[in-house]
Amino acid sequence: MFAYMLRRLVGAVLVMLAVSTLVFFMIRLVPGDPIAVMLADAGSEEAREAMIRRLGLDQPLIVQFGKWFWGMLHGDLGASIYGSNQPVSAILMEALPRTMSLAFLSFVIAMIIAVPAGIISATRKNTGADTAVSLFAFLGLSMPDFWLAIMLIIIFAANLQWLPAIGYEPLSAGFWPWLSHLILPSIAIGTGFSAIIARMIRSSMLEVLQADYMRTAASKGLTQRVMLLRHALPNALIPVVTVIGIAFALLISGAVVVENVFAIKGLGRVLIQGIQNRDYPVVQGAVLLVSAFFVLSNLAVDLLYAVIDPRIRYS
Amino acid sequence: MPLLDIRDLTVTVKSDGTETTLVDGISYAIEPGETLALVGESGSGKSLSSLAVMGLLSSALSVTKGQILFQGRDLLGLSAEEIRKIRGRDISMVFQEPMTSLNPVRSIGSQIMESIEENLGLSRREARDRAIRLLTEVGVADADRRLKQYPHHFSGGMRQRVMIAIALAAEPKLIIADEPTTALDVTIQAQILDLMARVCRDHGTALVLITHNLGIVARYADRVNVMYGGRIVESGDARAIYAAPRHPYTEGLLQSVPRLDQDRSVPLRPIRGNPADPFTRISGCRFHPRCPYVAATCRSTVPAYENGVACHFPLDASRKEAV
Ligand SMILES: Nc1ncnc2c1ncn2[C@@H]1O[C@H](COP(=O)(O)OP(=O)(O)OP(=O)(O)O)[C@@H](O)[C@H]1O
Ligand code: SF4
Ligand SMILES: [Mg+2]
Repeated sequence: MFAYMLRRLVGAVLVMLAVSTLVFFMIRLVPGDPIAVMLADAGSEEAREAMIRRLGLDQPLIVQFGKWFWGMLHGDLGASIYGSNQPVSAILMEALPRTMSLAFLSFVIAMIIAVPAGIISATRKNTGADTAVSLFAFLGLSMPDFWLAIMLIIIFAANLQWLPAIGYEPLSAGFWPWLSHLILPSIAIGTGFSAIIARMIRSSMLEVLQADYMRTAASKGLTQRVMLLRHALPNALIPVVTVIGIAFALLISGAVVVENVFAIKGLGRVLIQGIQNRDYPVVQGAVLLVSAFFVLSNLAVDLLYAVIDPRIRYS
Repeated sequence: MPLLDIRDLTVTVKSDGTETTLVDGISYAIEPGETLALVGESGSGKSLSSLAVMGLLSSALSVTKGQILFQGRDLLGLSAEEIRKIRGRDISMVFQEPMTSLNPVRSIGSQIMESIEENLGLSRREARDRAIRLLTEVGVADADRRLKQYPHHFSGGMRQRVMIAIALAAEPKLIIADEPTTALDVTIQAQILDLMARVCRDHGTALVLITHNLGIVARYADRVNVMYGGRIVESGDARAIYAAPRHPYTEGLLQSVPRLDQDRSVPLRPIRGNPADPFTRISGCRFHPRCPYVAATCRSTVPAYENGVACHFPLDASRKEAV
C-alpha cells in the first residue's frame, strides 16, 4: 500500500512537471504579448524596450523557462507582471479556497440529488418517478452552466431575494455568509454533474438488482431498505466512482465559467484574466495548481475504490 | 399436519400477451424434519416452484393457481411484509452459484450476522457469537478470523458452507437447497451434501433438495418427486424409486447416471432428445416424443397422476404383463 502510494505520488509529480512545461510554451504561442496589453498603443518604443528588459522577455525562451522552472522547484512562482506585481503564490492562495469551496459544495449538492434520484429511478423503473428523473437528467445535461447560473440569479437573487447574487465571503466571516454566496453557483455547476451521476447510478443499480447476491439478501428476509442501501448501493457505486474522478474535470471547468457569472475571484477568474492580460507567471501558476488538483483527486478516487471494493488491493 | 403442503401450484409467464405455463399444477407435501428431493432435467420447473414458495418469483412470473400451505397458512395470501418475515426465519434457501450468491463487498461475518439480527433479534455481540458457532459447525476453521474476510477469500466449496451457515442462521423449519453442489468439484460435492444432511438432521430442519442427479437421491433423501415439463411425473419413497422406477422418464434418468450398486460395465444411456420446452405445445404425455414405450394413447391423452406416477403404462405393470 505504501509503495503504491509512493509510486502514484511520483507519477503525479511527473505529470505536473510535464503540464507546467507544456503550459509555459503554449501560453507564449498565444498571439499578442503582455507589453502590448499593458501599454496598449500609447507607449513609446523606449518604454517598450525597458519593460521587456525588466521582465526578462528579451532572453532566449529556454533561459526564461529555466529560470521559471528553477524558481518553481523552490516554491517561487514569480510575480504578476501586471498592476501591483503581486506574487503569484499570493494570488493563488487567495483564489484557491473559493474554487475549492465551490467545487466541494457542487459535489455535495450533486451527490445529494443524484444518489436518491438514481436509486428511485432504478427501483421504480418505467414509472412516473423514473420518467421525471430522466427528464431532469436530460434538462440538466442540456442546460449550459452559465445559462443556468443566470436563471438562478434572476429567480432566487433578483426576484425572490433569498440569496445574494454575486461575490464571495470567506468561511471566517461566518458559515451562513460563506454558504449563501456559494449555493447558487454550486447548483449551477452541480446540476449537470448530478445528471450524469444519476444516470450512471440508475443503470448500474439496475444491473446490481439482478445479481444473485440480491436474491440471497431477499431470502434472508431483509427489508427493502436494507437490501437497497446495504447490499445494492455499495456495488452500484463501484463503476460510478471512476466517473466521479473524470467528472471532477467538469466541476473545475464549470467553476471557471460560473465564477465569472457570479463575480467570484476564484481560480477560474484568475486564469481567464491572466490569459487576457498575457500575464504569463499567473497563468503558469494557475494551471499548475489546477493540474495538481486533478492529479490529487484522481489519486483520492483510487483510494476510495479500495475502501468500497475489498477485492481491490493495491500493491 | 405437513410442514409445507403445496396444492396444484401453477406458475405462468406472460410475454407479448400470451401466457405460458411453466409449472403446471404440482402438488406435494413435506413433513417436519423430512428430506425431499426434486429431480428433473434443466427447465422442468424445479427452481420456479421453489422460488414461488419463497415469494421470490421475478415480476414477469406469477402464480395463477393453487395453494402453498406452510404450517397450515397459505403463503400466497400473505402481504409482502408478512412473506418477508417468513423468509429467513421459517424458510431459507441455498442457491446453486456459490461464486455469485454472496455479496462481494461485504464481509462474510456481516452477511451471516444480519440474518441473525433481523430474524432472531439478537444484539450484535450475540449475533457475532452465533455466527462463529455456525461457521464452526459447517466446517469453516478459524471462524473468528474468517468472519472478517470477504467472499473472494473463500473457495467455491467454502462459500457454499457459508451459504449453509446463512441458511441456518435463524433456525428455519425448512431449507430449500437449489442444486447446491452443481457448480462444485466432484470431490467437494459429496462433502457439501453430507454436511447438509448432517446439519438438517441435527437441527431437525426439513430439506427440499433440488438436483439433476437421481443417483444421489437414494443416499440423501427420504422421498423424491421427479419433475418433467413443469409437472411431477413420479413421486414416492426414494429407495423404492431408485430400485424400481415406474415412470419411463425416471428410468431414463437412472440409466443416464452412474450407479453405485451396478457393475461399471453397464453402459450409461442418456435419454434421447431434448427436455420439453414450455413454449412448444406437446399433445398428450409431454414425455411422449422421447419415450421408448410410447403408444397411440400417449400422443392423444394426458396421463393422470395416480398412485405416484403419471403414465399410461407404468413400468412395473408392463413388466408384470411381460412375465
Ligand atoms: N423469467 C422467466 N421468463 C420466461 N421463462 C422462464 C423464466 N424463468 C424461467 N423460465 C422458464 O421456466 C422453465 C422452468 O425454469 P426453472 O428455472 O424452474 O427450471 P429448473 O428445473 O430449475 O432448471 P435448471 O435445472 O436448469 O435449474 C424453463 O423452461 C425456463 O426457461
Ligand atoms: S404415458 Fe406413454 S409416452 Fe408418456 S411416459 Fe408413459 S409410456 Fe411414455
Ligand atoms: Mg434451477
